[in-house]
Amino acid sequence: MAEFSLPANSKIGEGKTYKAEAGAKRVKSFKVYRWNPDDGKNPVMDTYEIDLDKCGPMVLDAIIKIKNEIDSSLTFRRSCREGICGSCAMNIDGTNTLACLKPIAEVKGDVKINPLPHMPVVKDLVPDLSQPYAQLRSIEPWMQSETVAPPDGERLQSKEERAELDGLWECILCFCCSTSCPSYWWNGDRYLGPAVLLQAYRWIADSRDEATGKRLDALEDPFKLYRCHTIMNCTQTCPKGLNPAKAIGKVKQLMLERQG
Amino acid sequence: MSTQDKDLSIKIRRSALGRARGLGSAKSGSAHWWAERMTAAALLPLSLYFVVSVIILLGADQAHMAAYMAEPWNSALFLALIAIMFYHLSMGLQVVIEDYVPDEAKRLITLLVIKGVIIFLALASAVSVLKLAFS
Repeated sequence: MAEFSLPANSKIGEGKTYKAEAGAKRVKSFKVYRWNPDDGKNPVMDTYEIDLDKCGPMVLDAIIKIKNEIDSSLTFRRSCREGICGSCAMNIDGTNTLACLKPIAEVKGDVKINPLPHMPVVKDLVPDLSQPYAQLRSIEPWMQSETVAPPDGERLQSKEERAELDGLWECILCFCCSTSCPSYWWNGDRYLGPAVLLQAYRWIADSRDEATGKRLDALEDPFKLYRCHTIMNCTQTCPKGLNPAKAIGKVKQLMLERQG
Repeated sequence: MSTQDKDLSIKIRRSALGRARGLGSAKSGSAHWWAERMTAAALLPLSLYFVVSVIILLGADQAHMAAYMAEPWNSALFLALIAIMFYHLSMGLQVVIEDYVPDEAKRLITLLVIKGVIIFLALASAVSVLKLAFS
């Protein structure tokens, strides 16, 4: 649904400022979105001043430092701190990315940190991703094959067949792309979004999968697939450098190919 | 029972997967998508032809204009331009309305009004060309 202003209870106010300790030389301000479901108040942007000499290089290092040393109530998801789990996806300096892969030095001025856009917020930087997770399940992201696997080993692929999956298997499902897509913001209840469509293509492109036609059938829909208007935010924002827009383009191409 | 189970203000109990699957695939959309692109491609040379025609006819009087349209090539190209442009316009606006008007009833009414106006404008333009061509 197109919304051009925030609802009254989502308007963001000015929050508290936590000053850097005396004697800090390289001070950087982190403005972080804070919202608590329990206090009934509007969200605010809290400002934390950090001494970069006493902090790791990545934005995730800074917010872990904030939680450990300044404000233990700050809530966010994180796990692997090396860009493989996708937990710390958030909007940093206006772009969706992984906090663990984003160097603080890349941000000019204050570091503004918000949760992934246009998703319901659970608390602070934690978005509710139930909808994209359910959409991922709806495309059945597992191998479907009637041919029985060889009794003595795995299903084989040629080098060329395996190469078809490059640029697809690396996706870690952080949903930076889907939540950067205006089409997904306005019609996320019906449009599957770039992350899920890339996963759908990952199984369409898999030489071992035998359900290609069924998968294309399930996608051929004005909303599920064709809400993609090639805006390219997905490709621009992907912290893993993947190209969901290209995968969606391939799906559209196959839709035509099978018609003759 | 937890407090959430008893909360009667919750309006949606359908599972997230049920909502994601929704009404299933419409099994259409690729023809529309392809037609949008093909009409766009056809409009490139046709628009160029239109601009050239306007330049040729700058300051021409009605008799001159009618003579120009009486040429079969010109009337055919103008009719092609009109048909393809309004078809493209109709498909493009449909996508915009589907993007930004979430309410089903409002969406249907808006689409009907827009398509009605487009069909009328296309017919009026075609009649104008034919009238000039056969005058």
